[in-house]
Amino acid sequence: MPEPKVLPIAARAAGCPFDPAAGLYEIQKEDALPRVKVPSPLLGEFDAVAITRYEDAKSALSDDRLQMGFVFDPDQPRTMLNQPGNLLNYNGADHSRLRRMLTGTFTIKRVRSLRPMIEGIVEARLAALEEAGQGADLVTVFSTPIPTQVICELLGVPYEDRDDFQRRAKVGLDVNTTFEEQIQNLKDMDAYMSTLVAAHREEPGDNLLGGVVRDFGAELSDDELVGIGNMLLIAGHETTASMLSASAALLLENPDQLAIMRDEPEAVDGAIEELLRYIAPATIMPRQAAEDFCLRDGEVIKQGERVVVSILVANRDPNSSDRDLDVLDVRRPPQPHVTFGYGAHQCLGQQLARMELRVALPALFNRFPGLRLLDQDQKIDYRTTALVFGVNKLPVAW
Amino acid sequence: MQVEIDEPRCVAAGHCVVAAPEVFDQRDDDGVVVLLDANPPDDEHEHVREAALLCPAAAIIVRDRGGAP
Ligand code: SF4
Repeated sequence: MPEPKVLPIAARAAGCPFDPAAGLYEIQKEDALPRVKVPSPLLGEFDAVAITRYEDAKSALSDDRLQMGFVFDPDQPRTMLNQPGNLLNYNGADHSRLRRMLTGTFTIKRVRSLRPMIEGIVEARLAALEEAGQGADLVTVFSTPIPTQVICELLGVPYEDRDDFQRRAKVGLDVNTTFEEQIQNLKDMDAYMSTLVAAHREEPGDNLLGGVVRDFGAELSDDELVGIGNMLLIAGHETTASMLSASAALLLENPDQLAIMRDEPEAVDGAIEELLRYIAPATIMPRQAAEDFCLRDGEVIKQGERVVVSILVANRDPNSSDRDLDVLDVRRPPQPHVTFGYGAHQCLGQQLARMELRVALPALFNRFPGLRLLDQDQKIDYRTTALVFGVNKLPVAW
Repeated sequence: MQVEIDEPRCVAAGHCVVAAPEVFDQRDDDGVVVLLDANPPDDEHEHVREAALLCPAAAIIVRDRGGAP
């Protein structure tokens, strides 16, 4: 048995942070499912089966025998990954039960009805960008506040609480914090979310969290409602913020592609799908086998083995298209991807994320048609090693 | 073309509604797919196949007339 290879958690090519590392393409070609070592800030380094092909990724992510592997354990310290109410802590029937309580809020119809609210938030951020002036950082002035404010609206966070709420959300996602800081921060988030839940219990607001309390409050404990709120907050904004920043950076480096996003409203939906496929901000998705089984012919995954699906390289699998998937082509005919995962755990908020991207990106390039990087020669400060890929800073001028 | 829904599998991702709004809708309270037309006309077939392809839960079953799924 050869030694497992080390697969960095964010295995991106040295030269281009948007491309998967060459090593990922190599193992994609191997006939046998490779075992790799995955470094992880939350779990330490672990051995895992690496899934890198598109079809394998779909089968793995929709297979009930592969579980999330983070079932809530009340005896362990509470973290974002160990919390009642967080969908990532549940499998099978428990997961469906909880998920069904939330899905009504994310139907296409509901998400479409949120469009005016999102447009208002985007308008206000564009004005803030203008006011911040040349050299403004797109990440802090535009990409991060948009999804945060949207989720504040959905949870019913009173305006005066926003700053604290946003600060705690930021700490929760900062990989440069210690485990102790994370636990303390989650305590603060829990405390705040408890008061919010209590207020909704008293008088359910006309928003997402209020709706869940109204419809399912009798079935859910306060603890679960707090966890649901925290999950929506974290899941609902970091990935979307990353997509906004990374899309802007990528488009600024590809002006012909940017022009399509700016000038062709009918191309926007397809362009967003291509950006989602190409950027894949949630680089990997981990699972654990509940029993022995074959994923593809003769390739056994053993009970207890961890599995990591590399979303980034699965989206570029040359066998899933006759076109070159390493090329960014916002006019590409629809190319399915696994950026939001697949199967029962496929991202609950994906339609909301799409709506935010669709409203925000064209608006940005239309309002500032001459948008460019402040210092054209400077390298963009990409965040390549975090759990969620992104851009640290994006100073722009226009 | 005959369309069927495996309702318990649906995870309410809504791809079907985007791909073929004439054929699929979502229930307001829980987002579960609602089949509007089990025998969609010819010009909808392509959209329905796309919906079945995109559905992350394999909840949409398409049978061509007389044929296997
Ligand atoms: S695409 Fe599939 S999972 Fe999503 S709503 Fe339609 S049937 Fe349900």
